Amino acid sequence: MSTHQEHWHRRMLEHRSTLFAVLTVAGISVGSLVEIVPMFAQSTEAEAAAANIEPYSALELAGRDIYLREGCYTCHSQMVRPMRAETLRYGEWSRAEEYTWDRPFQLGSRRIGPDLHRVGGKYPDAWHYEHMRDPRSMSTDSVMPNYPWLLDWSIDSADIGASMKAHQRAGTPYTDEQIADVATALQTEGQVIVDNLAERNITTTPDKEIVALIAYLQRLGTDRPSMAGGEK
Amino acid sequence: MSNSPDSRPTSPIQYDDGIVKMFIGATMLWGVVGMLVGVILALQLAWWPANTGLPYLTFGRLRPLHTNAVIFAFAGNAMFTAIYYSMPRLLKAPMWSAALSKFHFWGWQAIIVSAAVTLPLGLTQGKEYAELIWPIDLAIAVVWVAFAINFFGTIQKRQVKHLYVAIWFYMSFVLTIPVLHIVNNLAIPATLTRSYPIYTGMTDALIQWWYGHNAVAFFLTTPFLGMMYYFLPKAADRPVFSYRLSIIHFWALVFLYIWAGPHHLLYSALPDWVQTTGMVFSVMLIAPSWGGMLNGLLTLRGAWDRVRQDPILKFYVVGVSFYGMSTFEGPMMSIRAVNGLAHYTNWVVGHVHSGTLGWNGMMTFGMIYWLVPRLWGRKMAKESWVGLHFWLATLGIILYIVSMWAAGITEGLMLRAIDENGLLMYGQFLDVVRTLDPFHWARFLGGSMFLTGICMMFVNVLLTVRGGGEAVSSAAPVPAK
Repeated sequence: MSTHQEHWHRRMLEHRSTLFAVLTVAGISVGSLVEIVPMFAQSTEAEAAAANIEPYSALELAGRDIYLREGCYTCHSQMVRPMRAETLRYGEWSRAEEYTWDRPFQLGSRRIGPDLHRVGGKYPDAWHYEHMRDPRSMSTDSVMPNYPWLLDWSIDSADIGASMKAHQRAGTPYTDEQIADVATALQTEGQVIVDNLAERNITTTPDKEIVALIAYLQRLGTDRPSMAGGEK
Repeated sequence: MSNSPDSRPTSPIQYDDGIVKMFIGATMLWGVVGMLVGVILALQLAWWPANTGLPYLTFGRLRPLHTNAVIFAFAGNAMFTAIYYSMPRLLKAPMWSAALSKFHFWGWQAIIVSAAVTLPLGLTQGKEYAELIWPIDLAIAVVWVAFAINFFGTIQKRQVKHLYVAIWFYMSFVLTIPVLHIVNNLAIPATLTRSYPIYTGMTDALIQWWYGHNAVAFFLTTPFLGMMYYFLPKAADRPVFSYRLSIIHFWALVFLYIWAGPHHLLYSALPDWVQTTGMVFSVMLIAPSWGGMLNGLLTLRGAWDRVRQDPILKFYVVGVSFYGMSTFEGPMMSIRAVNGLAHYTNWVVGHVHSGTLGWNGMMTFGMIYWLVPRLWGRKMAKESWVGLHFWLATLGIILYIVSMWAAGITEGLMLRAIDENGLLMYGQFLDVVRTLDPFHWARFLGGSMFLTGICMMFVNVLLTVRGGGEAVSSAAPVPAK
């Protein structure tokens, strides 16, 4: 044992806690900086602007908040990989600029259910309404829980205004007018979906959570029209 | 080149073992809670009515509760148990501040309770493994700073010059976790319970998985290696196999692990060079990981006969072996071609659990069974239960991961199967859902066995603490070697 005391690395390092700590932090910093810093240099905002990818509307954002609250990402991904089987099943593979306004990202890590990045436009609004009420009414043997409360609970325009304000502070280009007019926007956007549902004999109001969630799901993956919808 | 944890004679230092006992209690309590939630989730996937119809108990809300509880509550408290017991003994100095130790304990438990309340309510940041809302994130940062001050304060007033290997691994944990936590959780609050990240899209994804994978590295791996380097030589009564190997694999782990995050985003819209970098570093990680495994297993050289009789050593052998197994599997799954099949499937779930149940769980159980008789001065009240726990846990893990391998490869192959006409063979996603049913039941059974084991340990420790076991000796309750 005693001869070890003289080893250079003991003298230099394992007896010197501060230097040891500094080198540990240096060790973890290299990879972190090399991988992360370039991401800020190649922001996708310009590409999003070129492709006319707008931030989420007030109602879509409200729907996204519900998607987050219910932990949909624990069973559904939003990332179609560039593989034959995936593009056949879901549609075009996902592009970076399509996520530009996603705070937080919702790529997911597990597919207990199918990917949702190209779900927009794939089913009518009424399908989503019934599916959230009772998934098995639309998909026999689905293991998804029922979400009947989405049909009853209401969204709060002040709350969504606060969300938009926070997104604006973080850098999403919402205008002050958009935030001020959030109640009107929610009403107008919601009414379109309410009317669609009425055609299928479903009665609801624009302030219901289900309406917001449908707005979000129908937006997903539709920013580049050529990419929307898979074969199935 | 060998080195025993603390070879100097024990000096009359008053160690604060009260705090260690508290952390042991918290480890077991949250272990039972977190794993019970896990078993409920397993049931929900096999039998959807187990979602109960209440918003608070759906899979989507409980799953973050399960992951947070087992990682930050169970494994976290286990780590703190190891640190508060071994660190003062290795440095021959009591913790710098007993008050900070208490603050750390109660602060951490308060954070866990607030997580257990907010997550079922649907209050979440929506980032996997970083779901806790911003006020709780702030509390974590405060408690961690208190812990770090106590940690480095203790190092400063140590009575031995040399920092033992376990301390290095603990140090990497204490330093890296706050960096990951703070950078990943930078967000703009909208309300008291909701916030949005300052990053968007793929940048947010990269930072999240840099955080996520390094939570695996610096929360579930390096501190547990520190635990291994202290408790395994103690339990085996053997010096660590190689000091030089521990130096090499420590620095290699610290440098390499941090790069591995992008393997969670292979085939995504992340720039290709970042994906490839993540993959390459993940494959390289097999070397330092196996360095740690071999150093642990070879420490048992000459003690293998005792493994047959001593259930504590059995826990360690299986724990370290699972570490080796999952650090072989992980690099393989990081290879693009393999990841193409495995990603999004139950295979990943199985991989995670071979690490958490096999490595973190078994190492923790071994530590607790070693500590309790020493701290309370009595033998375990039900000594035969310890061996039973070992077998229930081991067979439970095997059932769990084998069913998840089978399920994951099945679904991966079904989802990519294309027939001779170039069409999907299983065009309905539900074809996969139906096929997985038996595997999900098998996993539920495996998880239930593991849960039964930890419940037995909890009861056993409670009985022992209440004076159920035979007294070990009337002398000091800590027969430290």
